[in-house]
Amino acid sequence: MAKLVILGAGIAGHTAALHAHRKLRGRHELVVVTPNRKWNWIPSNIWVGVGFMGVDDVTFDLAPVYRKLGIPLYQARATTLYPEGSDDQPLPHVEISYTDPERAGQTEKLTYDYLINATGPKLNFAATPGLGPAGHSHSVCTFDHAAETFSRLEACIQRMERGERQTLVVGTGHGTCTCQGAAFEYLFNVEYLLQRRGVRDRADLVWISNEMELGDFGMGGMHIKRGGYITHSRIFAESLYTERGVRWITKAGVKEVQDGHFHYETLDGQSHEQAFDFAMLLPPFSGTGLSAINRRGENITATVFAPNGFMKVDADYSGKPYEQWDPGDWPETYQNPDYPNLFAVGIAFAPPHAISKPAQSAKGTPIFPTPPRTGMPSGVMARQVALNIADLMTGKAEQPTRKSSMARMGAACIASAGAGMLRGSAVSMTVYPIIPDFKTYPDTGRSLRYTSGEIGLAGHWIKYLLHFGFLYKAKANPLWQVIPE
Amino acid sequence: MSTRDPYEQSYYPPVPTRLVRWMRTNWLWQFVRFLILNAKMLRMVRKH
Ligand SMILES: Cc1cc2nc3c(=O)[nH]c(=O)nc-3n(C[C@H](O)[C@H](O)[C@H](O)COP(=O)(O)OP(=O)(O)OC[C@H]3O[C@@H](n4cnc5c(N)ncnc54)[C@H](O)[C@@H]3O)c2cc1C
Repeated sequence: MAKLVILGAGIAGHTAALHAHRKLRGRHELVVVTPNRKWNWIPSNIWVGVGFMGVDDVTFDLAPVYRKLGIPLYQARATTLYPEGSDDQPLPHVEISYTDPERAGQTEKLTYDYLINATGPKLNFAATPGLGPAGHSHSVCTFDHAAETFSRLEACIQRMERGERQTLVVGTGHGTCTCQGAAFEYLFNVEYLLQRRGVRDRADLVWISNEMELGDFGMGGMHIKRGGYITHSRIFAESLYTERGVRWITKAGVKEVQDGHFHYETLDGQSHEQAFDFAMLLPPFSGTGLSAINRRGENITATVFAPNGFMKVDADYSGKPYEQWDPGDWPETYQNPDYPNLFAVGIAFAPPHAISKPAQSAKGTPIFPTPPRTGMPSGVMARQVALNIADLMTGKAEQPTRKSSMARMGAACIASAGAGMLRGSAVSMTVYPIIPDFKTYPDTGRSLRYTSGEIGLAGHWIKYLLHFGFLYKAKANPLWQVIPE
Repeated sequence: MSTRDPYEQSYYPPVPTRLVRWMRTNWLWQFVRFLILNAKMLRMVRKH
């Protein structure tokens, strides 16, 4: 009996666990290690941050689901990989440190035949002094951050109701942030809420981001066919910001957040200051800090992980210049090149490079989005990797056979722009492929047939339905398999 | 939108007309878009 260990039960890890369980049940061992007691449908945290939903609407306890499936669940944090084993345990293993209150701080070594690293990102607030809930700005990256952020927003709205003017800033809190889409959603949900509460005219709304232009979203934006033109998403984004009265600052890297104002640098090397009464600024992401030790006890973290802490997989990490980027740089099987029984999926794998063209300020500060890895691709690669490993474990294959490169994968993304069943809206986008391929699509890098975008109430209905569909699936309720990733 | 402030950010982008804004929340039209968007997303899912 072989053993698969999955680190992380977020969108990618939990999806991998469900599919691996389906294939390996009763024949091989599967265990999951994750530090949180709850599963969180992260995309709906935006709605927690504006009070449209509560924490219980976007989370559920993992333990009963894993008990139902018969998968051992360790509420713990993985700390160190021993891919060659160690003196006291010759088999490959991972050291975990328990986070569940009964055994908090105790450690254990879990052996594995195969391991999937799906530990997602570390929210690296420390990269910008004063950034984040422990500093002077807010976040919606976790459900508890989002709930706290809503209480601060509510206080701000009450001040506006008493007649005060308020400046609200939303965006990215560092020059190398990703996930601009999430900040975009929060911005327009806040704007919608202010309209509904009748205080929109007392609010100055400001967007700040490290994108070169609006509508970049960390993937260089996208071109779509509309009204007889092939038009870049920048035009549609600027249209929406103008329509909803939001001022925007782009090409900006926030350097320090202080009480009521922050400093930022723009690509031209200039320093600026922005005052705020309320600021929701996303942190940059890094790997979760796993380390690796070889059989001789040497630290091989730099071999297994990229400098940003994400795990190396079958990608091209040669650091090519933008002009030489190629779809083939992106991983297909998510297998570690040195240890073929290690895989990394979702945000945990190290991308070969950005998708948007990198840029540095005149002072040398990198100010450009790092590549997004949204829910759909994270789920798809997690499923494919789980199925590949199941084939390896059951002897059906000797090498991973399913390939799921982001350069041959599309993504559908619904960005909420106001949570209301009758007057809400969302931007509905489809992009194919996620990584531009200028060999196949020489003009825009993407298929104009499959790349699309529009705004309307229908998008909100879909996003709302997806919320329930994905929670249903994550709870492993009957026929969960028919709901796509 | 006001063009009183020329050369400002909001001076240049296209802004939707009242008809376009109305269509964005018109239930009947949005129901049609709902069906079309679902079909587009399923097509994307099938491409994996
Ligand atoms: C506010 C917000 C809104 C978003 N909205 C959308 C959206 O609308 N659509 C979309 O497609 N994507 C959206 N995304 C992106 C989406 O959430 C991510 O793509 C997705 O969560 C990535 O999945 P993951 O499993 O890699 O990481 P996560 O979902 O973050 O999961 C990582 C898991 O690993 C666990 N973990 C961490 N460290 C360890 C460790 N040392 N050992 C073991 N386990 C560990 C974590 O506790 C967590 O359970 C949004 C993101 C944010 C922040």
